[in-house]
Amino acid sequence: MTSPLQQKIKITGPSMVTANRTSDGIVIYRTAQQGWSASLSDAAIVRTSDEARALLNEANADDVVAVGAYIAPVELKDGGEIKPGNLRERIRSKGLTIDLLPA
Amino acid sequence: MYAYDELDRTLINERVSEFRDQVKRRLSGELTEDEFKMLRLQNGVYLQLHAYMFRVAIPYGTLSSRQLRALARVARRYDRGYGHFTTRQNIQYNWIKLSELPDALADLAEVGIHAMQTSGNNMRNVTSDQWAGVAPGEVEDPRIWSEILRQHTTLHPEFSFLPRKFKIAITASEHDRAAIKVHDIGLRLHKNADGETGFEVLVGGGLGRTPFIAKTIKPFVHGRDILSYVEAILRVYNQYGRRDNIYKARIKILVHELGIEKFAKEVDEEWKQMGHSALTLDHSVIEEVRSRFSYPVYEKLPHMPDELKQAAHDPLFERWRKNSVAPHKVQGYSIVTLSLKPVGGPPGDATADQMDAVADLADKYSFGEIRVGHEQNLVLPHVAKRDLPQLWKALDRIGLATPNVNLVTDIIACPGLDYCSLANARSIPIAQELTRRFANHDTAEMIGRLHINISGCINACGHHHVGHIGILGVEKNGEEFYQITIGGRADENAQMGALIGPAVPYAEVADVIEDIVEAYLALRDRPEELFVDTVKRLGVEPFKERVYATR
Repeated sequence: MTSPLQQKIKITGPSMVTANRTSDGIVIYRTAQQGWSASLSDAAIVRTSDEARALLNEANADDVVAVGAYIAPVELKDGGEIKPGNLRERIRSKGLTIDLLPA
Repeated sequence: MYAYDELDRTLINERVSEFRDQVKRRLSGELTEDEFKMLRLQNGVYLQLHAYMFRVAIPYGTLSSRQLRALARVARRYDRGYGHFTTRQNIQYNWIKLSELPDALADLAEVGIHAMQTSGNNMRNVTSDQWAGVAPGEVEDPRIWSEILRQHTTLHPEFSFLPRKFKIAITASEHDRAAIKVHDIGLRLHKNADGETGFEVLVGGGLGRTPFIAKTIKPFVHGRDILSYVEAILRVYNQYGRRDNIYKARIKILVHELGIEKFAKEVDEEWKQMGHSALTLDHSVIEEVRSRFSYPVYEKLPHMPDELKQAAHDPLFERWRKNSVAPHKVQGYSIVTLSLKPVGGPPGDATADQMDAVADLADKYSFGEIRVGHEQNLVLPHVAKRDLPQLWKALDRIGLATPNVNLVTDIIACPGLDYCSLANARSIPIAQELTRRFANHDTAEMIGRLHINISGCINACGHHHVGHIGILGVEKNGEEFYQITIGGRADENAQMGALIGPAVPYAEVADVIEDIVEAYLALRDRPEELFVDTVKRLGVEPFKERVYATR
């Protein structure tokens, strides 16, 4: 159960920084404008470990608005569309994969 | 039902005020997340994938109808209209806003509900048999002792910063419905040769990364000494338990590394030093707690009322009765389990409307009382047999009469990767698919008692180790895979399941489980031989062969 914050930062592809909003917990993404957005399409994309570390440090400094910031992989589609890079982030971005009511 | 006294009410209300102030300071930035995290955890607030998760305690699984309505109100007012009953007699809300949490806590406090001891490295909610006080043959109501332990451990400074979380479960029946052998301390109430009531004390059980079945440390501890004995165990754990490695910090690791004999010796020495302390329970203290539990005034009713005889002609009613209704200690009454496992539904979830409806049915048919079991179902503990047909119809109307209790579709599942930040893989969709595969009730009846338990990670909230069939989600190269174990059980004969082979991908899990069940049907020596007994008799090999021969 190592926190992502405790892990060494080494990215192998395009990545972003994500967190949850402190007041209501919703998923948010760090933007290039040093703010946060609830839309993955607004996320700042980093491509090197140094860039990732800098973006994460900047995000962590904003402890009031966001909680639990970490780096996560993304896929960049033709045309610049940003897609989550793993299942966990797909679920965070798109929501539950299940029916809430019996079906 | 247990009635809180003024001290309890004051404590709960003060806790709400404290947390309101803490949340305010967190939202203003006065508290950092590092400073706030422990405070929110002490009030049952986790951060999950999509939102905060709020875990509320249901001590020893007992709720009044008024309390259940308050849980429904929180689901409706502050969440998304539903809640999830867990494997430790708690309810979790998945979408709650931090800014609204103090109001939710205040609403719950009005009916004596709180979130203390639902998270953090402290003594967790003391759980018990969901049939406590009504099960035939029970030594006595174990909730009295659960409540004594709750009172002693709540906010106890020595137990508030333990090396790791600490869980106690109590049963007073021969058949263990509280899974005491997979708890840090398991207590089994029984009588000694002199007819005195006391406890067999088991220690060091647990699931998670390193599963162990608890071992008996003392065959009999008199009831009056149970607080001091439990405290002696906790002191030894507090002294020697590892704080340097989260994976080795649970008491089960200490018991395993020291050995049960040496651990028992340490506890005995500590216990002797404590001598006859203030922790020795005076008879009047026990009776005071006992007196705060109220019990229904039962009517004198026939064993087989006409209403039941008549309803027995309806095969659908009979199907439900056979699986959902159990004998009560009082003639003319029954214990009724309400399945929260509809075909295609998330196991353990209930909507606010269902909770309200169950509260109304409890008022009408069960003296206003509801229970929550670790299998993630609800129970109406005092239903007159004459009312069973009407209750069944009412439950059916609200989707809570699925006749699958203890059958293959009565699946225990953790929230998994759909909600949980610790999970590696999804649990709920696996459970949903399995309920669809085994939706045919005749097939489920033919299979008989079979518990499938699913966890989305090694922390084992879905108790996969002790499922007759256990399913554990793991992640391999970014994909979800599932390890399958068979032969586990959580009752008085508790044991861990054995792995049948390599993990299988998400898309194949339901096929594999069907293969295992088909193998069982072919291998059992008679229809009454339960799945878990066939596995015990034959071992893993024939099942492994069936699953992997064509894969």
